[in-house]
Amino acid sequence: MTALTLTNVNKSFGQVHVLKDINLEVEDGEFVVFVGPSGCGKSTLLRVIAGLEDVTSGDVHIDGEIVNHTPPSKRGIAMVFQSYALYPHLNVRKNMTLALKQERQSKEIIDQRVAEAARMLNLEEYLGRFPSELSGGQRQRVAIGRAIVRHPKLFLFDEPLSNLDAALRMNTRLEIANLHRQLEATMIYVTHDQSEAMTLADKIVVLRDGRVEQIGSPMELYNNPVNQFVAGFLGSPAMNFLPAGLLSDGDERTLGVRPEDLYLSDSGELSATVRHVEHLGGDTNVIAMINDHQVTARLFGQHAIEAGQDFKLAVSEGKSYYFDKSGERLSA
Amino acid sequence: MNQARSNPLNKAAMHGALILYTLIALFPVFVILINSFKTRKAIFREPLALPGADTFSMIGYQTVMKQGDFFLYFQNSMIVTVVSLTFILLFGAMAAFALSEYRFKGNLVMGLYLALGIMIPIRIGTVAILEMMVATGLVNTLTALILVYTAQGLPLAVFILSEFMRQVSDDLKNAGRIDGLSEYTIFFRLVLPLVRPAMATVAVFNMIPIWNDLWFPLILAPAEETKTLTLGSQVFIGQFVTDWNAVLSALSMAILPVLILYVIFSRQLIRGITSGAVK
Repeated sequence: MTALTLTNVNKSFGQVHVLKDINLEVEDGEFVVFVGPSGCGKSTLLRVIAGLEDVTSGDVHIDGEIVNHTPPSKRGIAMVFQSYALYPHLNVRKNMTLALKQERQSKEIIDQRVAEAARMLNLEEYLGRFPSELSGGQRQRVAIGRAIVRHPKLFLFDEPLSNLDAALRMNTRLEIANLHRQLEATMIYVTHDQSEAMTLADKIVVLRDGRVEQIGSPMELYNNPVNQFVAGFLGSPAMNFLPAGLLSDGDERTLGVRPEDLYLSDSGELSATVRHVEHLGGDTNVIAMINDHQVTARLFGQHAIEAGQDFKLAVSEGKSYYFDKSGERLSA
Repeated sequence: MNQARSNPLNKAAMHGALILYTLIALFPVFVILINSFKTRKAIFREPLALPGADTFSMIGYQTVMKQGDFFLYFQNSMIVTVVSLTFILLFGAMAAFALSEYRFKGNLVMGLYLALGIMIPIRIGTVAILEMMVATGLVNTLTALILVYTAQGLPLAVFILSEFMRQVSDDLKNAGRIDGLSEYTIFFRLVLPLVRPAMATVAVFNMIPIWNDLWFPLILAPAEETKTLTLGSQVFIGQFVTDWNAVLSALSMAILPVLILYVIFSRQLIRGITSGAVK
């Protein structure tokens, strides 16, 4: 069963064409992440799904029904915002129950759902507090709780973690993953952080300039990117791009190599000068220059390498990607 | 903590300046108050002296109470001010919400048109307004004054409030939409509480000129039963003789309600409940 289908969705603001022919299917229970650089239209796409923006053309189906003209509250969705967007004048319990009261649910159902959500998110102690009395992480949990109590067909997350600090972000990421497992709900998640996308998603949708570049599971995209943009966007440190001419004369293509697929070898074909070394303990990232091109090599373990050193790099067998001038992937 | 603020010398200078300003600002009010309790002779002999045993007199207040229906004037002023303010705030906020929230053709032009009134004094149109009021039979009614003051206050209200409403988080309004709140509920329950300080500012800006206005009451509603306080007090000011006791007493009493309204609004000015809504 498909939870969400987008067919030829276009969105323009005046002259500006923001979303271009988006087609997408999301299965029931899937965790889908929209990822892309800022300004690529991913948040707009989410707002179109939510019904906060109308489509200019194309159809949005939720649970098999066309919802182009259905108001947001009738679409069976719940949304978690980047800025939390809690109602400042209502306490945590009232923040969570407002939507249910609007739907005229019975008091028993409301109480039961709030209790359930509060237990899941460890918010029991805070139900009587106001948003201004909560920390950032707690507010974020309330925002998620407000979505959970509605038992929506579709959860929409708009960069929910970007206002949290790094440690909290890790924890909340785990909580969201757990939640997805517990609720078995369909979730759509927007982020510009590729590591969030890789760790959370069943399916990643990479967007650029309002177009879908590629859709697939995280590993599919990582191992088999269709173009240079997707290859460079996913993975950290990012993929290295070099002119293939460095390896064989006259080759016009662009060579792409992931940092972990570069290794030190005396018989390596690429001679490089070390510019900077990042010792991470478990890994060592070596940033080196090959002629004028900067590359990053990720070496497992600890290595005594210093800036200024010269050495040879080799590419692991079968781990090279080739791209043509326009950035399209070429089969090796 | 801020160095400049914790330095005792700076603190003293800061408070000194503020106290000085307060004294200067309150002095005229003080003079009005003390003189309203003095005999006519004492007012002219020593205007700055406090009322003593032999100079104390309530004659001014007695005159005010006897002559003319002071309480009616008072009530008229109150009705006109409160109703006008309510309309200005309500309609101003609604227009501002529409201008800041919705994308529609002519949004900018409409905004400019509504703000135009700030630059054109409404008194220029007095003759036309009077003709209109005569035609609609509204002369000598409080409705006439309320309509004029509402029109006079709206441009600034729309201008200030739409700026503030643009700053209210979109996410908050969208969260309300997703939770099934109507646009009216979003406006009244989410947006208005967040722009309350701006509403109070607009209210204070509009309240005082309306309360003190002499022009429109004199032209549009000079009848005995629709006189406002300011107009009513004018009976004591004559071309040749002015009953200063009565004028000062009337003024003293006219200060009170404005003071009360101001206290109500300024509490709102200070209060900010926005913290914690959005990060």
